[in-house]
Amino acid sequence: MTKVVVPSGALGLNYDKQALQRAIAAKPDIIAIDGGSTDSGPSYLGRGISKYSRSSTKIEWKGLMEARAKANVPLVIGTAGTCGADSAVDWLVDITKEIAEELKQDIKIAVLKSSQDKSDIKAAFKSDKISPLEHAPELHENDIETFENIVALAGVEQITEALNTGADIIIAGRTTDTAIIAALPIQNNCHTGAAWHGAKIAECGALCATNPQSGVILVDFDHEGFTVTPMADNAKATPHTVSAHMLYENSNPFILYEPGGHLDVTEANYSAIDQKSVRVEGAQWVPSDNYTVKLEGSRITGYQVMIMALVRDSHYVEHIDQWTSDISELCCAKVMDRLDLTKDDFDIELRLIGKNATLGSIDKNPAAASEIGVMGIVTAQSADLAKEIAKVLNPYLLHHPLTKEEEVPTFAFPFSPAEIDVGPVYEFGLNHVLKLDHPMDAFSLEVFEVKNGAS
Amino acid sequence: MARLRDKAEKVRSKNAGPFWLTIDIFCGEKTVFQDVCEKLSNIDIANVLDVDEADLKRFEISSLNVVKISLPRPQIQGSIRDRDMHGASWAAIIGEMEI
Repeated sequence: MTKVVVPSGALGLNYDKQALQRAIAAKPDIIAIDGGSTDSGPSYLGRGISKYSRSSTKIEWKGLMEARAKANVPLVIGTAGTCGADSAVDWLVDITKEIAEELKQDIKIAVLKSSQDKSDIKAAFKSDKISPLEHAPELHENDIETFENIVALAGVEQITEALNTGADIIIAGRTTDTAIIAALPIQNNCHTGAAWHGAKIAECGALCATNPQSGVILVDFDHEGFTVTPMADNAKATPHTVSAHMLYENSNPFILYEPGGHLDVTEANYSAIDQKSVRVEGAQWVPSDNYTVKLEGSRITGYQVMIMALVRDSHYVEHIDQWTSDISELCCAKVMDRLDLTKDDFDIELRLIGKNATLGSIDKNPAAASEIGVMGIVTAQSADLAKEIAKVLNPYLLHHPLTKEEEVPTFAFPFSPAEIDVGPVYEFGLNHVLKLDHPMDAFSLEVFEVKNGAS
Repeated sequence: MARLRDKAEKVRSKNAGPFWLTIDIFCGEKTVFQDVCEKLSNIDIANVLDVDEADLKRFEISSLNVVKISLPRPQIQGSIRDRDMHGASWAAIIGEMEI
């Protein structure tokens, strides 16, 4: 039997404090929370930073560190700092030390790091230890050098190694969302399929229940299955809310690939045991022949500057496609001429907010709007060049007339300067797995103690 | 004929990692589920999204009355032509389909 408390879907999304107290009163064996994923985009991994504010992170992490001290059980976070790169892990380690000092806690901290050395990845690539997943971008040896950050997703094996240090707090870099929850139940010989299945159900906290924003859920694992219970007063888990979570951000609702195998929930049974809790049994864990971990990598693909004009004149709104295509054509020609560039050296895109900025050409019949926001996006190989091109674009968006005869029009610019630096734009370039001889080969584990004079 | 969004309880689209998109159609009632299974074809969905029908993976989950469609992301998440970092808005255009 192993009880895991998951306070919320991610540190930074907040949790119901009363519900957390109730979870601690239920005497859990571990508190596990996720710190991020790729879902917020490639910039966070590229830069190695968190998407959440330091102040929110600190307040929520402090609450969890207090709860951990009260429960006297390990607290583990996976994918620290949104992306789980080493710099994001270090950021959370700093916050942890600061809080420990404020709370006068003496704690043992284990830090599991997931960032990959590019030379190691190159060597693995050359010895055929890296394979593409379905619809992976093409990868050549020279591409590996272009990544700002590469991380490997740790699984249960690496989290177990960290738990075995006897640490009070485990701060892990990139891990699968499920590994931090499944590790202790598996170590305690709970049903392996149930451990992974319960972990998948609990990965987003109370998202598998009603009142998802309350965050806190408790999962009780045993030798046959698991029971999931949301901790907030007004939250309920039902067979429908629990089983529906298998759909969430998952391309296949029955199969989930993890380091060392896959989870198959085809035969799982979900039943209500009372008004609030759901019992689940029947999932299977299928071990794989090879031990592989997934890789994620982010690299700079260009630099962007944005410039926005608002068009309210009904005649221009009506002829917005002609207006923007005229501008694109004239501006591109002028950029090539004055900056001595070819058309492959830069990109100018004018997205029409109020028309089809969200979906682009697949949006066939958007409703007519009284105004259109024209979002000019300039991409080039340096920030200076992108800025220069945006400055060539500026007068067109401000004054371009539909016909030569009319008086020069002026459109609304909401900002000065009109050109807004977006900075480097990143892209994900890896959807591959790395074969390992030993699970810890691509990861490092460091343990240290923080003493603040607690008695 | 009615719009899918008016018949179903909810249509949701999300990233399933940076390279895949997944659309969940929560039908609510069994009759709606059966209707959607029968009348919402992969070829129609592929045409609306302007993707190759062969790339669609379809799951009809009767225990939940859900039809789930997964496909490679038309633009990789965050790439310069991507307009929707979290993949949330494809649900809108699927919801507007007539069935």
